[in-house]
Order: sequence, then structure tokens, then C-alpha cells
Amino acid sequence: MALSKQEWLALEAKAYKLRLDLLETTYQAGSGHIGGGSSVLDILTILYYKYMNIRIEDPKWEERDRCIVSKGHAGIAYAPLLVDLGWNDPEQLKTFNLTGSKMGIHLDSNKVVGVDASTGSLGHGLSIGVGTALAAQLQGKSFSTYVVLGDGELDEGSNWEAAMSASHFVQTGRMKGSSLITIVDRNGAMIDGKTEDIMKLEPLADKFTAFGFQTLVIDGHSLPALSAAIDTALATDDKPTCIIADTVKAQGFGSKAGDFRWHYGAIDGAGYEQAKKDQTAYYEGRKAIAEKEGV
Amino acid sequence: MAGSLTYTAVESTKLATTELYGQAMVELGSAHPEVVALTADLAGSTKIGDFQEKFPERFFNVGIAEQNMFGIAAGMAKAGLVPFLSSFAQFASMRVADQLSADICYQNVNAKIIATHGGTSFGQAGSTHHAITDLALVRALPNLTVIVPADGYETVNAVKAAYATPGPFYIRINRGFDHVLYENTDYGFEIGKAVQLHEGTDITVIANGSCAYQALTAAQFLQNADGLSVRVLNMHTLKPLDKDAILKAITETRRIITVEDHVVSGGLGGAVAEVLAESGKACAFTRLGIQDHFSTIGLHEDIMSLEGIDSNGIVSAVRETMGKDFEADDNWDDEV
Repeated sequence: MALSKQEWLALEAKAYKLRLDLLETTYQAGSGHIGGGSSVLDILTILYYKYMNIRIEDPKWEERDRCIVSKGHAGIAYAPLLVDLGWNDPEQLKTFNLTGSKMGIHLDSNKVVGVDASTGSLGHGLSIGVGTALAAQLQGKSFSTYVVLGDGELDEGSNWEAAMSASHFVQTGRMKGSSLITIVDRNGAMIDGKTEDIMKLEPLADKFTAFGFQTLVIDGHSLPALSAAIDTALATDDKPTCIIADTVKAQGFGSKAGDFRWHYGAIDGAGYEQAKKDQTAYYEGRKAIAEKEGV
Repeated sequence: MAGSLTYTAVESTKLATTELYGQAMVELGSAHPEVVALTADLAGSTKIGDFQEKFPERFFNVGIAEQNMFGIAAGMAKAGLVPFLSSFAQFASMRVADQLSADICYQNVNAKIIATHGGTSFGQAGSTHHAITDLALVRALPNLTVIVPADGYETVNAVKAAYATPGPFYIRINRGFDHVLYENTDYGFEIGKAVQLHEGTDITVIANGSCAYQALTAAQFLQNADGLSVRVLNMHTLKPLDKDAILKAITETRRIITVEDHVVSGGLGGAVAEVLAESGKACAFTRLGIQDHFSTIGLHEDIMSLEGIDSNGIVSAVRETMGKDFEADDNWDDEV
């Protein structure tokens, strides 16, 4: 359902809060995946706070929509969200990455409430999502599975095994297209540099289309654009959908935004104060757009 | 051993394992709607095809994409199904090592891996299709139960026990032409408990998979020919290991031989060696298996003979190990 102005503004506020949580957690932990955490944050925000059918009082509800965060290193963005939902103790964020903590770089589905799959090793999530989508139909359930992929991890061939099978199982009636929605966090960077320098992914949309997907390329930091794409995916049953969300690493972190070196970074006291100011300015800018363009 | 004659004879009389396995899967499927079966283009070869015919909606062929199959199975298990995945042992372990570790074992999901064509049982296909290091890999994985059944009925027991026990399983069976060790399933199969196939006090042979039958044959022969009392343990569960049975064998027979269709490191021989070393007891010990080389092309029986893991090889090893003596003195020079 299209994003109303009211929803848009509420989601902007939520995304801002979660960006600050990401910053706070990174600061407390000493370092973290700021880059990939902030690029995927709008995607996770709109999934959990608008689209996913979940029950806060019953996180393991069998009919819940699933979210497989295949780019497991987004844990530093994902964990604050799972705390914000009320599923995990906020105190745990203060121990992020510390020895013996339940939470670290890659979240463990057996330790952190709400994590639908333990990821970290790249190229695993889409296969797991195909599995949950197949299980939904076999069990007569109508839940959807959202799989969030990093773009760098698309170098792993296992993604393409999974993509081929997703399309095959939709075409052969084993699952509905709308039961598996793939979103690529296309931030264009990986640890060693830009994706197109390290291992070219383009033409990425053509690749997914050739594998039998409905492919949508959108601005991954525009909540209305994400909303429209997800609506289209949910309304499409004859193909699985892949949303390629163009994003920016370290989005909202002032001059650091877009710099691949912020895939993983440390932040000191001065940097922390500056980053908070940057985030607030970034939020104010986005809020003004929502005020102006929202209906 | 001669080529075609042996092959034909073995094939015609020992088809039981896979047929029984296929039946067991159909039984499980009938009783439990949450049981699903997956394969990677090997439905016929892995005998999961019987299940496919009966329950087409619960059968999934993912094509030649084992990594994807393991991930899909993990997702299905996370959503409440009980997937049984079949592929050749080499691909169900080495090929998918990371998916097996991260998706199945780390998440501790209720998925059951049926690894067929274990060891050198797909003899003529050669080393790419022999699984001689799979057990070393899977034995090291936390949360995973590892069973190496000796024949068809034991496979049925293992499959049923796997369903009845939550958590991931790796069941390694052969291509299907096994010697028949058990007449039925009622011999007291229990996960983690070795089955004594032959009583003995002079020496213990610990075997699994296709080597269990060979060990029993060797023990019977040695009793008649040499008057030796050879204990034979079918160590069908590699993990969790029946340490008590091994410790008992150490103290009661003082001599142990392990025999397996696998390299001598990391599998059964390695596992028993660990128990033995930590026991602090002296014990003559020999590991039979494939030494540090890749296996060769050939009939399974011939390869077992070449590697010294058939009954003849076991007989020779027992005789040699019996020659190693133990004395209750402080002279270590003549000890093993």
C-alpha cells in the first residue's frame, strides 16, 4: 500500500533513530560496519515497520513474514532494530562485540530474538529464503520471505544457484512470486574497493531478469520508492522479484558517505559528536522532502 | 578378484540397502507430513525416487546445485519442515562444507543428510566420486550426529532414529550393494552405542560401514584358523562416539584395530585414537583404511582389497598386531 505522508514522516523518524543507534553501537563497540549498516538501514526500516507481518508479542509466530539478512555484517544496524522492536534487551547493545555477548558483527539466530537466519558467510541467504518460501506453500501458509542481499556478495556463485531455483520453483507452481522478495543493497562497494573495479556486476538488473526475475531498480534511500517497489513485488505472483536498491555506503555520515573505506570503521569521541550532527542534518533534509512531497 | 563376474554376483544379491532405505523414507513420509525430500539431480541414484513417486509435492529436485540444496533445506527446517537431503557423500560434505557448517550445523536445524556412495563404494567412478575424507570433516562439526550404517537394516534404523531425534544428522551409506549383516532391524540399534558383532578377548576390531561385515568375516575365520578370540564392534555412530565400548576394549583385550572405508586420519581410526591416547592405557593399536593417497578406480571389492580393509587385510593386520606384546614390567624397549 502506497506510503502516506504520515507513514513516511514516521518512518523517516524511525530511520533517523536507528541511524543514531547504529552510531551509538559502533561508538560503544569501538568500531563496526558503518558503511554497509547505514546503506541497508532504510530497507530494513521499511520492511520491519511497514511491510512485515509480525507479532511483537510472539516473535516466533509461525505465520510471520521472514527477513533473511544475507549480508550478515549488517548486524550493527540490524541488532538495534531488533532491540527497538522490543524483542531484545537494550543492554545487549552495550555489549556488542564484547567477549561473551549475545550480539556481535554477525547475528546468531539462536541467540538474538527475531533473526530468521544466522548469516555472515556470504551467498547463503537467498537459498535459505527459497527454502522458507517453499515451506510456506507446502504448509498452506501465506507468509512472505524478504531476502536482503549485499551487492558484493553477489560474486558468490551460490546466489545464482538460488536465483535460478527461485524462478524455477515459481514457474513450476511450487511457490508464489510474492512469497520471495529479494532486495539488493546496491551500495557499489566492497571491502577492497568498488564492486565494478573488483569484480564487475553490471549489467546487474539484466542478470536477474535473465534468471527469470521481475527486476526493479530504485533509489534505496527513498522510502516512497522502496514502498512502491515492494508493493509491485507483492502484487506479482508469476515471477520472483528482485529490487535493486541503489544505496550509499555510510549514508548520512557527512563527508564519509560513499567512501568505500567506511565498509568497516572505528569512531572516536570527536568523530562521534560530528557524526551525530551529520545525522541530524541528514534527517532534517529528508524530513523536509517528506513534508513537501508527501501526500 | 576377477572383474565382471564379481560385480554381477555382488550386484544381484545385495541390492537390499537402497531398497530398504527407499521404503523407510516412504514410511516416514506417510506417517509425518512435515517430512520432505531434496536431491540434486540424483533422485534415481540416491533412491529417494520412491519418495518422489509417492509424495511429489514434498519432493524437491534442485538440479546440480548442492550448495543451494543445503541452504534451501536449512530454510525449510527453520520453517518447521523436516528435510531429508540426498546426494553423493563427497558432494554432501566436501562440496558444501560451508553450507553444512553455517546453515545446517551452526543454526542447529532439524535437517537429515543422507550421504550415499560413501567411501570407495562408487568404485569405478574414481576419486572425484569417492568420499574418503568426508567423515574427518563432518565429525568435527558441532551439533551434528554422524552415523555410518553397515547394511540396509541398519540404514533403516539410522533413518528412523534421525527422524526421532531433533537436530542435524549425517548418515553415510554406500552405493547400495552391501553385504547383509543383519536379518532385520531388531538387534538393539541405539545412537551412540556400538553393537558387538562377535565376542572376543584377544583383540578388538572396531569397524563401520562396509568394513563391519568384513571384520566379522575375519573374526570368524581367525577363530577357526588361528584359535583367536576376536571381538568385533560395529561402531555405527561416529559421533557421539561410544567411548565406553572403546575403553572396555582397551582394558579387556589390550589390542585394537580400526577399519574403515575412509582415510586413516580424522575418521573412525582418528576418533578411537583420541580416546585411546586420553585413556592413558597401553594398547597395541593399528588403523586400517586408506593411507595418505587418493583412491584408485576399480570395483569396490577390489579397492577394499587393495587398501587392506577387506577380510583378508583385517586377518593379516590381526595376526601382525597379535605379535605385539605387552608385559607388566618397566622395560619399554619390547613394548609396542
